[in-house]
Amino acid sequence: MSSTTVPKTPAPSRSRSAASSAAGSSVQAPRRRPKGVAARTAGLYAVLIFVALAIILPLVWILITSFKTDGDVISNPYGIVPDPASTEAYSTLAEGQQPIFLWLLNSFLAATLQTAIILVTASLGAYALARLEFRGKKIVFGVIIGTLLVPPVIFLIPNYLIVQNLGWLDTIWAITVPGAAGAFGIFFLRQFFIGLPAEIEEAARIDGAGDLRIFTQIVLPLSRPALATLAILSFLANWNDFLWPIYVLLSPERLTLQPGLSQLQGTYSTHFSIVMAGAVIASVPVLILFGIAQKQIVESVASSAVKG
Amino acid sequence: MQPSTVTNLATRLPSSRRPRAARTGAARRPRAARTGAARHTGTAYLFLAPFLALFTVFVVAPSIFGLWISVTDWSPFKDTQNFIGLQNYIDLFTPGSITFGDFWQSMGATGIFTVLSVPCLLIIPLFIAILLNNNIRGGTAFRAIFFAPYVLGVAVIGVIWKYLLDTQSGMLNHILGMLGLPSDIPWTVDVPWAWVSLVIVTVWWTLGFNAVILLAGLKAINPDLYEAASLDGAGMIRKFWSVTLPGLRPVMLFVSTTTILESANMFGQSYILTKGGPANSTRTAIMYISDQGLSQNNMAPAAAMSYILFAFLAVISVINFRLQREKTE
Repeated sequence: MSSTTVPKTPAPSRSRSAASSAAGSSVQAPRRRPKGVAARTAGLYAVLIFVALAIILPLVWILITSFKTDGDVISNPYGIVPDPASTEAYSTLAEGQQPIFLWLLNSFLAATLQTAIILVTASLGAYALARLEFRGKKIVFGVIIGTLLVPPVIFLIPNYLIVQNLGWLDTIWAITVPGAAGAFGIFFLRQFFIGLPAEIEEAARIDGAGDLRIFTQIVLPLSRPALATLAILSFLANWNDFLWPIYVLLSPERLTLQPGLSQLQGTYSTHFSIVMAGAVIASVPVLILFGIAQKQIVESVASSAVKG
Repeated sequence: MQPSTVTNLATRLPSSRRPRAARTGAARRPRAARTGAARHTGTAYLFLAPFLALFTVFVVAPSIFGLWISVTDWSPFKDTQNFIGLQNYIDLFTPGSITFGDFWQSMGATGIFTVLSVPCLLIIPLFIAILLNNNIRGGTAFRAIFFAPYVLGVAVIGVIWKYLLDTQSGMLNHILGMLGLPSDIPWTVDVPWAWVSLVIVTVWWTLGFNAVILLAGLKAINPDLYEAASLDGAGMIRKFWSVTLPGLRPVMLFVSTTTILESANMFGQSYILTKGGPANSTRTAIMYISDQGLSQNNMAPAAAMSYILFAFLAVISVINFRLQREKTE
């Protein structure tokens, strides 16, 4: 084929060259016509934009509905513009018998507390697993890793009884402490600590620094990105926990947002604007967090399989 | 500097993972490692103590405790429990027992959902990952948008889709109507539509998660392989089968395993969207087990059920692992 002529449209050649430059050979391999490339790029964007809209538009629709009045939702269910635009749904929630803003606070406190517990316990433990030689290390590590594959349902009933015996039912401890015992955090940080250069620690050790000092003054500062990622992932996981809080939280004022939202659905099942206002309140904090830390969250998920 | 890095790493890695060269190269090492081990054991367990305390109480203890409950007639209304052997398990395998029908119906529902959802949750994200792997402009923005629903909790996903899929006032039926298609589909209240809804919602919620991992796997494939395939005259489809899929196998094993486990543990979508209905047909195993154990106070049989589900998942994981392993060899 002789289609090595300069493409007429600049955009497709850009995207194409990125793919072919890897080989860096002067001899051009047979390529499709630039026209076909342009069509392909357009098709590619069309599909990606379609999927993006399929994700964004439902969320936009929820936001719109939350600013409608109950009457508007019934009389004009598919109206794109709220008529009148109203915060009625939000004020109904604020004044209703279900304390959604208290749930918001509860969710925030629980997610923060569990994140703190995980950061402290997992980083300390991961340091031992990554940097210290000790008796029983293989067994301890093997048991921790083994539980990564155990489905959570196994712990459901016995942990309920354990939490009950500790007197923790209907308290913040029930929704923070058992969940902090998972193996993910310690496994995640161990991987990161192993990748840190050992020279600085060796030098500090020669200077007489103990393990606690090496840990707090060298390893932790070097691990800020990993600790931040773990913090975000832990916060999200706790914020979004659903099954466990349904059963261990009993009083309405102790609920977190996820089980609370499910109750709201029961109370206002046909009052869509009110339920959607609840969904917006529950989503905005995590979407803001995602907006800030999008890159870290996505990168940490992306690397989970490739490195592991 | 370079050799010292190797030595330092070598002493730190568990012996089985120590590079062979480093191990044979230093004859003195085993003894040094052993004395080192003795020196750090106390410190190491001090560092591990907070985590191990939690891990023991809320992971190790409950897994043994749960097994114990499952072989007793445990009840919250009695002070004493009696060991009854495998009776709870036998009941679950005895047609006509109180729990037999409902339990296996819920296992069947879990199976249906897993079989329907896993292919969608692998193929659609793979397709999107391949599109994103073209070095296009705005790639990171697309990636972020596709991932975004994953950070929303299942309760949020459930209530918003309950609204979108509402038969009378849901947007989806409205759009179908505008396109001249049937606009009265009972998305959440009748089968098989309820299954379609549960799969659509789950794909919408989690496709970005799998796509991001698969995209990372695609980027890790050596570009020379594609170039070599091009020189051999392979087209796009040929390259997909002979370069992309084989190169993606380790990542695919991870993604398929986690996706199967996630689907088999499905709870929230059914709980909110269909309430397990109609007639308990979409009530998953997790829904039934948690209801029996924690709402109906039927803890011992529920504990036995959770171990049966675990056994199924373990077998499926092993089969999946073997299948994908064999293909590699």
